[in-house]
Amino acid sequence: MNRLPSFGRYPPVHQQSGRRVSFHHEAALGTDDSSALPRGNGCSYGDCCLNESGTLLLGRPCNRLLAFDAKSGVLRCEAGTTLEEIIDFALPQGFFLPVTPGTRLVTVGGAIANDVHGKNHHAAGTFGCHVLRFKLWRSDRRPMLCTPQQKDGWFGATVAGLGLTGWVGWVDIQLLRVANPFMVVEEHPFGSLEEFFALSSASDRDFDYTVAWVDCLAPARSRGRGILWRANHAPPLAKGSSGIRWQAAIPWELPFPAVGARRIRAFNALYYHWKRLRPTTRLAHYKGFFYPLDHIAHWNRLYGPRGFLQLQCVLPHGHATFVIHELLERCATQGMGSFLAVLKVFGERASPGWLSFPRPGVTLALDVPHQGSQTIAALRAFYTLIHEAGGAIYPAKDALMTKEQFQAAYPRWAELAARRDPAISSSLWRRVSA
Amino acid sequence: MKRIVIVGATSAIAEATARILAQQDARFFLVARNKERLALVAADLALRSSHEPGTYIMDCSDWTMHQAMLDAALAHLGGLDGLILAYGDLPDQARCQSDMKALRQALETNLLSACTILQLAANHMASQGHGVLVGISSVAGDRGRQSNYVYGAAKAGLAAFLSGLRNQLQAKGVRVVTVKPGFVDSPMTKDLSKNALWAQPEQVGRAIAQAMAGRRGGVVYAPWFWRWIMLVVRAIPEPLFIRLRL
Repeated sequence: MNRLPSFGRYPPVHQQSGRRVSFHHEAALGTDDSSALPRGNGCSYGDCCLNESGTLLLGRPCNRLLAFDAKSGVLRCEAGTTLEEIIDFALPQGFFLPVTPGTRLVTVGGAIANDVHGKNHHAAGTFGCHVLRFKLWRSDRRPMLCTPQQKDGWFGATVAGLGLTGWVGWVDIQLLRVANPFMVVEEHPFGSLEEFFALSSASDRDFDYTVAWVDCLAPARSRGRGILWRANHAPPLAKGSSGIRWQAAIPWELPFPAVGARRIRAFNALYYHWKRLRPTTRLAHYKGFFYPLDHIAHWNRLYGPRGFLQLQCVLPHGHATFVIHELLERCATQGMGSFLAVLKVFGERASPGWLSFPRPGVTLALDVPHQGSQTIAALRAFYTLIHEAGGAIYPAKDALMTKEQFQAAYPRWAELAARRDPAISSSLWRRVSA
Repeated sequence: MKRIVIVGATSAIAEATARILAQQDARFFLVARNKERLALVAADLALRSSHEPGTYIMDCSDWTMHQAMLDAALAHLGGLDGLILAYGDLPDQARCQSDMKALRQALETNLLSACTILQLAANHMASQGHGVLVGISSVAGDRGRQSNYVYGAAKAGLAAFLSGLRNQLQAKGVRVVTVKPGFVDSPMTKDLSKNALWAQPEQVGRAIAQAMAGRRGGVVYAPWFWRWIMLVVRAIPEPLFIRLRL
């Protein structure tokens, strides 16, 4: 509670206080904090949810549902509401999230601040594409109602604005009508990146959701092998089992990392071949399809006290194959293993957010156990490669991006800087702006 | 369908409790001092329970309003099956030692106002022959400590009052639940530093909802382990206890 680390537990924080905000209109920005940062559930991996030497405004208690139109599916809720709480409320009434990341523990405020995306990016765009309006509270002006239609820019600055433009009080979200909690999911193994790209573009037309896992520790001859999942919401009358009911938790931070390169290599090979031998089409519960990791609470603690780093980048189509090959090659040769190496082709739908991460191209996400300075050095080299290929790093998962890399990938950063609330700052912002 | 009055409805524990009861098809009459806060809590419960809660703005220190509030609740709900008394204020102990107005205000808020509301509700429930009364006391009331005895005394008084009501009303079919939370991470305790003993309001809410659904009244520690901690604290002999810095 006192230290309030980020999800990746890297970078460490030394001096940081937290202040609980129980009612959204009482955040009182700038009254007694030298620098404050609105924070939801602390699910960001790196330092965009940290505020070294400052205060975190803890917004989770502001999780009230304020209005719901069961005809149109528009929900108004406070920004501390988690996606899980929205699903629990809306799914029995036939609605689901229009866009969801791989965890339902994030808050709506966090989903807006990072403009999160999901397996349906090629069809639906980012979370910010489905936000109809919100109320923004600032230290230097009266509360504002922000909509994407307004020309004043506050909406575009706040979506993907890293929480810097003010305190989001409540939000109107357009939910998606679904018939039931189930997904029709197909699994397709692929042997190389080329196969992945072919499979992915063939799938994007007919499937709302596509995502692939890639074995980043595969031997050289099968580099780029993996499994692609493609899915749609199930039609009416489909009846599946009620999904995974068990819930485990890692109660303490382990004194040593439980996941090393050898274990991951063995696990990945087993997983790939097991799936290769039995490709399936099945009716899956939404929890198993969207949120497999949410079944193990605090899984980040498996990585031990030093934590782990996550890398997620997007690469423009022309360079994607080469750079991803190179990244996988380096992972394998340097033993920088990862259970979770995820590939996805982003679509063309533009986000209203000025600093939104998703853009046309291919995204790769990896998590890497923090094994000391060699891990940091290797990741910095990855960043350079991505930067030179014209790619972008996802701030929500970043702890290492340089100023030059950030400003090149997010050319509208200076406009965000001009809209930043003078009472708000974050560790990430101090690192990449100025 | 349960018809429940919550006095102090904007407290974190009250809200957590109400969300659980909402899933059990409860209907609410919500009483609080701050209109804007109450509107947010009421909107949320309206969506979660599919019944529009009644709301009532009242400063509990004004005891002459208590009967009018109960009458309004009865008119809105058409009856009364439960009342949860959830407000409280953690006073600054040091200030209470020098400022007698602050000391009296702490006792007024945490004890006196609570007693009149509980007594009026108890009288109604006794006459109708059923109902559940829930009062939120505190582990701080189990033994006076130098760091917090004004609050502790108020909560000890409240616990004794509830104990007496329970004794009196059990023959009338009315249950009385005394809740004794330990440290809870809520607005009331925002200035204290937190450690592993701290609980979330949701944990306390679950304990309250469970006790209300049970068949008997009684004393509920929340979380449960405080029962054993306080058993030890109460067992320390006075000559030793007075030397401790608690």
